[in-house]
Amino acid sequence: MHQLLRAGIGLALLSLASAPATGASRFIQDPYPSTYQPRGGEAVLIHNGTVLTGTGERLDDADVLLRDGKVVEVGRSLQAGADVRRVDARGRWVTPGLIDVHSHLGVYPSPGVGAHSDGNEMTAPVTANVWAEHSVWPQDPGFAEALAGGVTSMQVLPGSANLVGGRGVTLKNVPATTYQAMKFPGAPWGVKMACGENPKRVYGGKGTAPGTRMGNVAGYRAAFIDASEYIARNTAKPAKRKRWFSGDGDDSAGDSGGKRDLKLDTLAGVIQGDIRVHIHCYRADEMSTMLDLADEFGFKVAAFHHGVEAYKLADRLAADGVCAALWADWWGFKMEAFDGIQENIALVDRPANSCAIVHSDSPEGIQRLNQEAAKVIAAARRADMPTITPEHAITWMTANAARALGIEQQTGTLEPGKNADVVVWNGNPFSSYALADEVFIDGFRYYDRTGPAGKPISDFRLGQEVR
Amino acid sequence: MSADTITRMFGGAWLGPAVMLLACAAGGANAQDLLIRNATVHTAGARGSLDNTDVLVRGGIIQAVGPALAAPAGMTVVEADGRPLTPALFGGITEIGIEEVSGESSTVDSTLKLGEQPLRPEFDVTLAYNPASVLVPVARVEGIGFTALGAHTGGGFVAGQGGVVRLDGSADPIGPRALYLRLGSAAAELTGQSRAAQWMLLQQMVDEARGRVGADSPHALLTPAGRRTLSDYLAGNGRIIVEVDRASDIRQLLRWAAREKVKVAIAGGAEAWQLAAELAQAHVPVFVDGLGNLPGTFDQIGATLENAARLHRAGVEVSFAQSGDASHNARKVRQLAGNAVAHGLPWADALAGLTRVPAQAMGVGERIGSIEPGKLADLVLWEGDPLDVAHYAEQVWLGGRAMPMRSRQTELRDRYLRRTASP
Repeated sequence: MHQLLRAGIGLALLSLASAPATGASRFIQDPYPSTYQPRGGEAVLIHNGTVLTGTGERLDDADVLLRDGKVVEVGRSLQAGADVRRVDARGRWVTPGLIDVHSHLGVYPSPGVGAHSDGNEMTAPVTANVWAEHSVWPQDPGFAEALAGGVTSMQVLPGSANLVGGRGVTLKNVPATTYQAMKFPGAPWGVKMACGENPKRVYGGKGTAPGTRMGNVAGYRAAFIDASEYIARNTAKPAKRKRWFSGDGDDSAGDSGGKRDLKLDTLAGVIQGDIRVHIHCYRADEMSTMLDLADEFGFKVAAFHHGVEAYKLADRLAADGVCAALWADWWGFKMEAFDGIQENIALVDRPANSCAIVHSDSPEGIQRLNQEAAKVIAAARRADMPTITPEHAITWMTANAARALGIEQQTGTLEPGKNADVVVWNGNPFSSYALADEVFIDGFRYYDRTGPAGKPISDFRLGQEVR
Repeated sequence: MSADTITRMFGGAWLGPAVMLLACAAGGANAQDLLIRNATVHTAGARGSLDNTDVLVRGGIIQAVGPALAAPAGMTVVEADGRPLTPALFGGITEIGIEEVSGESSTVDSTLKLGEQPLRPEFDVTLAYNPASVLVPVARVEGIGFTALGAHTGGGFVAGQGGVVRLDGSADPIGPRALYLRLGSAAAELTGQSRAAQWMLLQQMVDEARGRVGADSPHALLTPAGRRTLSDYLAGNGRIIVEVDRASDIRQLLRWAAREKVKVAIAGGAEAWQLAAELAQAHVPVFVDGLGNLPGTFDQIGATLENAARLHRAGVEVSFAQSGDASHNARKVRQLAGNAVAHGLPWADALAGLTRVPAQAMGVGERIGSIEPGKLADLVLWEGDPLDVAHYAEQVWLGGRAMPMRSRQTELRDRYLRRTASP
């Protein structure tokens, strides 16, 4: 219980810091720190638009004032000085920047050649030691296309071949030469875990464990048992509890665990609530097993990803404060995806305190999170469910996604003080015809559909641009 | 129309209340007779879009399209209240009914992998078609009425044959077969690691089919059945659908097709826009992936969301086909068309790309693909814009018969929609 509380509350506090605070657990020290610098930019008044704040509100004929990279004010008839550039949003809609909690941009970039296959460390079933950020190729042309779809932040995850695939990283979707220059300051790491068919197929196919779902669970448990011991060995003990037979007594500075183990660092960070748990898990029964696993070892699940059966467990997910990051309509490509329905997100969203998220897992889907949500709204209407409003649906890819990633203090809504991550759409975003016109990250306009600035062009595209 | 169908059509909450049954005689009404009144009829034919228009169906065939048509006594009448009525949509090139769960090979029949003599144009996936597949109603409730079954490249770059099936539960394809093959990097590993070898192998197969290589040659690539099949296509019977992306490969394809006088179509065609004029001149239709804009491979460097619009502007007939999960998620084809509109394709041409164009390209345009007298009454009444994912199909008729707007997915939905707590 203590660990659950720590995970729920501690992360929110942690996420306020721009880097792991001094004295942060050694398990989450970062030798590869963010070098992201906001580009700042001019003050901007986006005026007379239909504003979806990401807090569930819709303001018609409203304004959003951006200054110094932050949202300053949201409301009607805002006053702004002559130094403020004006963006006429009449007939257009304004939303927070979209956030994809599940992307493989950079680790499975375009073109998808063998040399670029950097998303799955398929050499052992538990590779909690690997960090997706070390595979990210910042020149993936997919980043710019996602930006054109309104995506301002994303979590890049390892693939799902492994029980524990490694750490994910949250990036700001800005053009950069290094991934550190994209790394979202203060965002906690995620860890990618996977249920079901993938790990057992990959390893069972090689004649090694796991080869079954029960083998999967045994694999998670063994790893977390090791991590629990590792924590115990690495926790400075009060002097009065010291014993003459304490094996690691000679280690330095109270860190008595001996040599660092990168794999166990990550899992220990999970147990201590500093690394957020994202689990690829399709079936409802397996999600339930994973929730029990989390209780067994005292960690919290931030989100189940792909969960095509999440609708069968919607109440439990909401009650436990677990998000579900889902597609609108993918199903049937494998057995554990056979029960997919188009109302999944709407049903997961239905209980009080739910946390439904639209995610992509796809370089195409990340460009159209808004259209995925539109499908859900239509499916719910067809099923005669209560109307899902645009101001509510936008939370599935803004505020809820930020919550799952632990960056909700910085982004995900248009509230004063938040990062000025903003999209101006050419109309209602919940449509096949919707296009992002302008996309701001920390107040700087990185995408301008019709203007001369256009969108960023990756080095890879140079000399072979499509005109 | 049976009472049961009416109950399912009009009793369910998923159907908008504005669809009202005005008259249905207790007896004598033919299940394939119907008057749809006051629709915005998008004919996808020569008459374009017609406001306040009625469509009269008798015996499953469209009889008349016009204003204020009279309903014979006892005929089922549906009030459309101005909502859009379109031909039933094309679901793309799919494996609907020839695969059930993509990852489970025991349920997949779309791909031939014969080790010896892998080049088997005579392979015909329509023989495996299962009209009882759960994929059929899942696609149908979304307004999809027909699809091109595609053979999938497995053992050889010539995948085999497919054909058009209507998703009305009927067992057999309609119209001619089509032959599928794949060119470029995606097929290079099947052709000795070089795309150049694809032309070498294709030329030899043509030589065999044209009788220029003896049937007893030790170098024959084709079986006798394969020679017969290929010679049919070489004689202009049926279309060869080629999955290809790179402009240079498309150029070679156009030369080959002109030389051998075969009818081809392109599927994918990421860089087809670069040869738009040539494709238009050769009357080669293109099934584009309307969402493809990334260089997923080096064959797709020129991929752009404007592909469909640019092809259309040059006079190419444009339809749609998905990469990715084309079968289970065939319904996504509407999204491809809608996004093509957002990137410059006229709306009417996007709708034609989901109806008339693929029907004609697949050789079934005389029977389906437009709302015109004499055509099969394969129709969809929409709750809103059919090319916008924000709207949905309200009712589908195939051959004038109202299709139940149910699928395994709606059954699952309704079970859990009613459930208030997870056990």
